[in-house]
Amino acid sequence: MRPSTEPQPLATPVDLAPDPVIRFQNVSKNWGSNQVLKSLNFEVAPGEKVSIIGPSGSGKTTILRILMTLETPSEGLVKVDGDVLWDVTAGQKVRETRQMRETRRKIGMVFQQFNLFPHMTAMENVIEAPIHVLGMDKAEAKARAADLLNLVGLGKHMNHTPPQMSGGQQQRVAIARALAMRPKVLLFDEPTSALDPELIGEVLNVIRNLAHTTDMTMLMVTHEMRFAEEISDRVVMFDNGAAVESGPPAQIFKDPQQERTRTFLRAVLQH
Amino acid sequence: MIWDNNFAVSVIPLLLEGLWVTVRITLLGTLLAAVLGIFFAILRRLAIPVLSPAVSFFVVFIRGTPLLVQAYCAFFVLPAYGISFDAFTTGVVVIGVNYSAYMAEVYRSGIQGVPKGQWEAATALSLPGARTWSRIILPQAIRTVVPMLGNYLIQMFKDSAVLSAITVVELMATAQAIGSSSFRYLEPLTLAALLFLAISYPASRLVNRLERRYAPQH
Repeated sequence: MRPSTEPQPLATPVDLAPDPVIRFQNVSKNWGSNQVLKSLNFEVAPGEKVSIIGPSGSGKTTILRILMTLETPSEGLVKVDGDVLWDVTAGQKVRETRQMRETRRKIGMVFQQFNLFPHMTAMENVIEAPIHVLGMDKAEAKARAADLLNLVGLGKHMNHTPPQMSGGQQQRVAIARALAMRPKVLLFDEPTSALDPELIGEVLNVIRNLAHTTDMTMLMVTHEMRFAEEISDRVVMFDNGAAVESGPPAQIFKDPQQERTRTFLRAVLQH
Repeated sequence: MIWDNNFAVSVIPLLLEGLWVTVRITLLGTLLAAVLGIFFAILRRLAIPVLSPAVSFFVVFIRGTPLLVQAYCAFFVLPAYGISFDAFTTGVVVIGVNYSAYMAEVYRSGIQGVPKGQWEAATALSLPGARTWSRIILPQAIRTVVPMLGNYLIQMFKDSAVLSAITVVELMATAQAIGSSSFRYLEPLTLAALLFLAISYPASRLVNRLERRYAPQH
């Protein structure tokens, strides 16, 4: 093990391109007296695949939810692809702005609970936003949706509704639905946590393919350590509202510099 | 008083005419209530300053006052302010608005029952608000409350008898009129009750079926 004498400056990882696609600057999030994020600084380079690991309640998911505008930061600046998503000073009341809505379109999200529209077929789920947000015509949206559903291995299930599908199939439809919006950044919030063990593999395969074949930026909160190690360019360890360590998977998993990372990994890799 | 079969048969056509008025009031009133109720439920949920609290107050006001009082006000008081329609129209509007307040509550429970993840997925896809309501939230919310709306329809069908007080010649008013002109109340009132039952009983059986069909799928 390397002597951990010189801890890397946190959350400003080294070889980053000059213009990050995601940038958190002094972002805090409070729930009452509980500080979920503590003046977070965090950047993701274009095309980078980043996994966020850490104990539950450490603020990992909050990062994704702030990016998707499902949560309002209490304070701080968040930029996506150069555009301001959030610019909040403490105590300020925040409203949804046009700018925010425009910027949000660059981001897609895959949820832990899939959140497919249960009354619509897989196809309808995927074409809804391209038609009504991007203004694509129906025939084109359908053709693209068919391609995407084939890509996630569900070509035969296009006309099935979510209740007729397994969890793994639903999550793959959800991935196709997010991809249909051509996001620059795709967020995964524990995409396999709600799945039966035997269905996890099919979803991970789809995500792995995406990671290897697209230049889309991917930010994933996950408990699948092996998977994070395999597909990530960088892994960020979160604890207690702050990034405690960030680095290439080989370093984080094989040679963590921080005691907190070591304890966490020991605990989760035991089983 | 002894049941007179011939008299009973002779008043049936008149009573059926009254029943037809009752049915029309119920269908039009339910339509009005169902549509207004959705708007009230959405307006309350959107939390628009002034407007949403006003809607909330209106709903509380309607639910807290008797239908009969509302009917009298609409029919006898509003004309003094230049607002006046025939009895049938007034009756439909009064009962429709009255029930819209109850249906707004039903929709509200349906809307609350739609999982938060559905809203979040709509946000993540940048779906506009109107589209989110019309295509994502309402179809799921309404589905779960169809049986409750059906119950209100049946209740309105019976409540519409109140409108006889403002000269709407529906089933109840017809029975009363027959009674007072022939001095025989037994047959027309009994038949009126049976006619109400003949429709409301199968209708409530149907609602029971809907309840089973629209039961939560998990």
